[in-house]
Amino acid sequence: MPKKEIKKIIFNTGKSLWKLFPLILGTILLVSLVIKLIPKSFYFTIFEGHYLISSFAGSLIGSISVGTPVTSYIIGGELLEKGTNLIAVTAFLVAWVTIGIIQLPAEIKILGKKFTFLRNIIAFISSIIIALIIGLIFNLI
Amino acid sequence: MKTKNKFKKISGNWYFLIITILIYLFILIFKQDLFFSSLNFFNEIILKIIPIFILVFILMVLTNYFITPKFIMKHFKEKGIKKWFFVILGGILSTGPIYLWYPLLENLKNKGLSYGLITCFLYNRAIKIPLLPIAIFYFGWKYILILSFVMIFMSVIQGMIINKLMNKDKKE
Repeated sequence: MPKKEIKKIIFNTGKSLWKLFPLILGTILLVSLVIKLIPKSFYFTIFEGHYLISSFAGSLIGSISVGTPVTSYIIGGELLEKGTNLIAVTAFLVAWVTIGIIQLPAEIKILGKKFTFLRNIIAFISSIIIALIIGLIFNLI
Repeated sequence: MKTKNKFKKISGNWYFLIITILIYLFILIFKQDLFFSSLNFFNEIILKIIPIFILVFILMVLTNYFITPKFIMKHFKEKGIKKWFFVILGGILSTGPIYLWYPLLENLKNKGLSYGLITCFLYNRAIKIPLLPIAIFYFGWKYILILSFVMIFMSVIQGMIINKLMNKDKKE
């Protein structure tokens, strides 16, 4: 590949990261604020309790959240550091990166309504199942 | 008019950052202790993740260099189990926003790629190699490795379920 092409790839990669820059910075700012503002006990009330409920809650919040995977890692990672349970965080992470609320219209247009809904519903259920498998592997259940 | 066009060019991501900064300014006026403790926490996170982002950048350049829709399309022509393997690999290695890949998926669908394989491809896009350093930083390599394997396994199960539900009986 010519040098010009490599330069173009580096430039385009830099450009796509730069586009994400305000989003990442804003997310970290918000996460910092929310973590300092909301008491630790709040996360426990949402994400704790029976593992089925916490995985469902994590999956629900993850699937309605919109953003890049990096954002979910930052939020999930900080939540985990604050003591939130791994099952809920896993469901949250998996749902965030596999369920696409924002791209639903485009997906419906290209791949069809039936397929899009089935795929997203199955992805939602899968995020709960994956969280439970992780819980079993890490001896949390 | 020109100013209006300039505003249109500003992406939603920048508006998000501006709104967040405004929230911080608001807090600075009314709750200074919260402002400073949040800002300290923000600094801690930023310092932790800067070196990881350099690694993310390098990995992104490498995947953008080697993996193109043409490369993926070439390997999707494989048959049997091999096809599932390349769909999984294609999903993991594909970069950029999903809408860049919709034309390719539409093309492949028209050429007979089953809905199950499309599901598998879309699901595996959630596993992003260039972002692994930051995921490992937060969750540890053991967790990320196990999660990735479980997700790959589930992507195949989902593909099979979708194939059944979509009543696709095409030979893979």
